[in-house]
This record gives sequence, structure tokens and C-alpha cells, in this order.
Amino acid sequence: MNRPSKDMLTDFYTMMVRIRKVEEMLMEVFSRGEILGFLHVSIGQEAAPAAVCAHLNANDSISTTHRGHGWAVAKGIEIRRAMAELFGKKEGFCLGRSGSMHLADAGIGIMGANGIVGGGIPIAAGAAFAAQYKKTDHVAVATFGEGATGEGAFHETMNLAAIRKLPLVFVCENNGWAEFSPRTVHMPVESVTSRALAYDIPAVSVSNRVVEIYEAAGEAVRRAREGKGPSLLEIRCNRWHGHYVGDAQKYRGKEKVEEAMAEDCIADFEAELIKGRVLKRKDLDRIQAEVSAEVEDAVNFARQCTYPDVSEMLEGLYV
Amino acid sequence: MKETRYIFAIKEAMEEEMERDENVFLIGEDVGLAGGSFGASKGLYEKFGPERVVDTPISELGFTSLAAGAASCGLRPIVEIMFMDFVTCAMDSIVNQIAKMRYMFGNQYTVPVVVRMPEGGGLNAGPQHSQCLEAWFAHVPGLKVVMAATPHDVKGLLKASIRDDNPVIFIENKTLHAMKGMAAEADEDVVLPLGKADVKLRGGDVTIVTASRMVHESLKAAKILEQEGIGAEVVDLMTIQPWDRQTVFESVARTHRLVIAHEAVKQFGFGAEIAAAAAEEILDELDAPIVRVGAPFAPASYSLEKYYVPSADDVVAAVKSTMERTL
Ligand SMILES: Cc1ncc(C[n+]2csc(CCOP(=O)(O)OP(=O)(O)O)c2C)c(N)n1
Ligand SMILES: [Mg+2]
Repeated sequence: MNRPSKDMLTDFYTMMVRIRKVEEMLMEVFSRGEILGFLHVSIGQEAAPAAVCAHLNANDSISTTHRGHGWAVAKGIEIRRAMAELFGKKEGFCLGRSGSMHLADAGIGIMGANGIVGGGIPIAAGAAFAAQYKKTDHVAVATFGEGATGEGAFHETMNLAAIRKLPLVFVCENNGWAEFSPRTVHMPVESVTSRALAYDIPAVSVSNRVVEIYEAAGEAVRRAREGKGPSLLEIRCNRWHGHYVGDAQKYRGKEKVEEAMAEDCIADFEAELIKGRVLKRKDLDRIQAEVSAEVEDAVNFARQCTYPDVSEMLEGLYV
Repeated sequence: MKETRYIFAIKEAMEEEMERDENVFLIGEDVGLAGGSFGASKGLYEKFGPERVVDTPISELGFTSLAAGAASCGLRPIVEIMFMDFVTCAMDSIVNQIAKMRYMFGNQYTVPVVVRMPEGGGLNAGPQHSQCLEAWFAHVPGLKVVMAATPHDVKGLLKASIRDDNPVIFIENKTLHAMKGMAAEADEDVVLPLGKADVKLRGGDVTIVTASRMVHESLKAAKILEQEGIGAEVVDLMTIQPWDRQTVFESVARTHRLVIAHEAVKQFGFGAEIAAAAAEEILDELDAPIVRVGAPFAPASYSLEKYYVPSADDVVAAVKSTMERTL
């Protein structure tokens, strides 16, 4: 496996910062009531999308979850129009119909965040099936949390994908929580890798370090592209915030939250970059400033967009 | 009677029934330690312990059919489905198994399961978190379908549903959870009959048949209509299946006009069944066409919810349209 180059490391960093700043901005505008509904942020989990999507191109498909902003951003969604969607504006990718929970961009294979836990896993398998059927080398990635592995959809898809050797990568972000309950309520095992092994799917579990994830994902994506079938990649990470923005987390306690926040994939990577003399503090600051400006611009764009009109409610229900 | 909230009334109903009958237990996602996603079981885990307030993995099909099996073996499960939308993941359990076990096995099994779930819009939560799917269940022989509009009713109806030996789909409404109102105390033990409607308001000019959140929109509409000299009678069905034909038909026989209002998509909603039954059985009582109120035939949209969910204004418009017409 090739070690990532300096440019790649810079790209990882930029992407992780972009994801975080987008979500911090979302929290802010949500708390001001500028966006409505449910908002689930993935702060603390930026490494996985940045690392995995670095192996993908626009022809590859991905299905995401309620906590899917990071994956959409890393897959390359245009931030302005993504923001417009979150604001419920018709310039958004889904005409303002989806908001955060169903954000999709068909043009680059983002097959939608999902409000149904596990719902996107077999859909990604469908994209993998189509890629195989059409004899392309495209791959699909199903992203989900460890809680989703309780659903039949997960197990059925694992079995199907293994039997048909689908070009599919299962990516589980094991952040230790599913809504308000800890992992132990959901799984008798600590890692989902043993579940994959039962379906004869190779599986690895990695820490929340972007380079480690990048290397493991490279192997999984390569296998898929070469027609060798599905793999599972688990990332052991932490959910910093509540299940949704506004969740007071009484069930979790301050100490546990602080413990989770002590692990920061971005701060850790910054330290690595500086120590390895890849980037200097001032480079990091410049990247942060550039990304902040980009996010600010996207929000201003979204604010100026228009809400759909009630007359458009029935438009496009059928082809 | 005492003042409470709809969500507390649900908790009290479960608590009182769990105290009364040790075979009653609650199962679902985050019902235990977390006290329920909407707080319906707050304190029950502490009181009854993990054996009777059972936290599950995210496995709706699994735990709903598990409840069916347990019910067939003498227990009385209450299943919580976090949002009604997620019941789609448990449809085999409810439609093919629970609804049919008794009949299909020659009446050998009874399956006293209550499956609770909140429906409806109000949270701008979009297409997969806002649906009203009661008509699906009302279409399946073997199930009872209950919808409660007030704290008093939700308590009395939930107690009745838990005591009923049939499977009951018990539908709450998310926007009602915080609603304040009176409800019975534990020692009053009010148990409301299933299959019986409640006339929430008397009026002589038009009958509005409704349920759940739309009861309140219909009452608001009735106030507006009153100022224009139109007397609306508001009939809260409370049970959708079996529904109370007698109360509905008696009301229509007095008012001679019928409007049916529900939050669900209008097409093929429960309004269609009531309209069809009225047309079949009491057409001669009607002085004007029947009018229905329901959501447009589209999924709930994130940004258009406020136009999507039916309101009192829609009920007023429906009543006026029937008042202006004759058969
Ligand atoms: C079918 C279904 N059941 C339940 C829910 C409610 N729900 C939303 S997110 C969630 C927890 C998901 O946990 P996990 O898969 O670990 O993802 P995370 O939130 O940790 O990213 C639950 C139970 C849902 N949306 N869909
Ligand atoms: Mg999780």
C-alpha cells in the first residue's frame, strides 16, 4: 500500500476541517431556527468520510445515514447547494424536500442519507449490483452506524453481497451509541467485524486515525474494483454530541461526553502533520481560514435562495 | 381527575396496567434506560426493572414478532415503535403474523399485543418521519386500530387496549404528546370501550367525523363556523377499526351533512371507508355530497410541511363546500 503523499495528507486535513466547519455552522444556524427538523452531526467522526472517499470517484456510489453530512461533503457535494437543501430551499439538490436527513446528489453517486436505520445498506448493494451487471469497475459504499447492524437489512445485504461477490464496501462507524443507548444494548460483541466474518466477508476494525482508515479502505475498495467481492471496514470512533442537536444527553453524563471529546481526529492529525513536518501551524491556519470563508459563503448563498412554493408540492411525484 | 399531559397519561396507563397484571411488559428501542424517545416510559425502567421494560437493538421486525410469540404464551406485551414510519420494518410481523395467528390456527391462540406508535407531522421531520398510516392497519382483518386525541382518552383507551385480548395498533400523535388536559387518577381506573366514538361537540348542521390531532382542528373549525351560524357536530372516532357506525350514522341522521377529516393522505384514508359506508347505508339521510379533508397525495416535504398537514382552515373550507351544495 502506498503511503499517502504530502498533497494527499493536506487534502485529508482540508476535508476533515471542511466537514467540521460545515457541521459547526449547521449547529449554529439550527439553534437560530434557520433550519428546521432534525439535525444529526458527526463531529468527531470526520476522519472516516475523508479517508474512504479519497478512494472514490464520481462514478462510485455511496449511501449514507441520518448522520451523513460528512459523507456527502467528502464525496464532493457542492457545499452551496447542500446548504440550500438544509435550508429547505428549492436550489438545494432535493428541491428543499429532504433537508438534512435525506441529502442526496445523484450526479456524483450520493444515493441519499436515510431516515430509516439500515435503509441505505441494501440500496448501496443495488448500486454495486448495477456496476457488476454493466461490467464497469465502479464500486459502492454503504455507510452506517453500529446500531444499524441490529436490522435485518444489514444481515440480508451482507449475505446477498457475499454470495454475489458485489463490489460493495460496508463501512461501519462504530461510535458506541445508538440514540440514547450504549453499544451493549445493541450488540453482544464489541466489534461488527465478527458479524461480517460469519458471512465470509473480510473485515477489519481500525481506529479513528485518517491515515489508518485510508489504508484499510484502499484495500477494501481495491478488492471491490477487482471483482473480488465485498469487505467490511469498521471505524472505532466517538460521537461527541447528542444523538441530535438539542439532545441534553442525560443518559450519558458529562464525564462520558468529555471522554469522547478527548479523542479528536482533527487535533490529533494536526499534531501528526506538524511533528512530521508535513505542514506548519500557519499552513493549518490558512486552510482553516479558507474553509471558513467557503462555509460562510455557502450559508449566505442558502439564505438568499427561495423556498419552494406550495404549488410545487405535487410536482414530479411520477415521471 | 387531575391535570396531566398526553405523554404522561400514556406512561400512567402503562404503569397502572403493569402494576395490575405482572404479565404486562414493555419492549422497544430506548424504552428502558432512556425512558422512551418521546419520554412515554420515563421512570418505568426504574420501577419495574429490565425484565419488564425491555430495551432492544434496532430490530423492529424481530421484537414485534417476539412480542407476538410471547403474547401467544400468556404474556401481554406493549411494543413501542419509535415513529410510525418505522413500523414498515415490522409489517410482516403485524400483517402476516399477529393479525392472523388466532384465526389461521383455528382460534387456538390469542395474541394480546399492543403496538404503540406516534404518527403525524409537526416536527418538519420530512417524508420518513411524518406519516399517518392507520388506514393500512384498518384494512387488515384481525387488528384493532385506536387513535386517541386527549390525555383523558389516551389513558382510558390504552388501558382498554392492554386489557383487550386482540392485537391493537395504538396510534399516538407527536404534536399531542405535550398537550395538557385532565385524565383519570389511578384509583378511578377509567377504561374506555374500544369501538365506541365520542361526540366531542354537539351541533345541528353538519357532522365532522375525525380522530387524533384532527379532533382539535375540527373543534377549532367548529368555533369559526359557529360565528357564521353553522353548527358543527364533532365525532371523535377514537377507534378506527372497528369504527362506531351507530354514533356516526345517528349524527348524520340529525345533521344530514358529513365531512370526514384526517391528517393522513386523503386518498384511500379512513375517510374513504366512512364515506363509502354512509353512501351505502344512509344515502337517503344526506342533503349534500360528503366531503373529505386529508393531506395532499404526496410525501411530506421537509420545507412544505406547513402547507401539507391539514388544519382547521381546511375543515372550515370542507364544511362550507358541503353547506353550499345539495344532492
Ligand atoms: C428503522 C428505524 N428504527 C429506528 C430509528 C430511530 N433511530 C434513528 S438513528 C438511531 C440510532 C442509530 O444508531 P447507529 O446506527 O449506531 O448510528 P449513529 O446515530 O450512532 O450514527 C435510531 C434508533 C430509525 N430512524 N429507523
Ligand atoms: Mg452509533
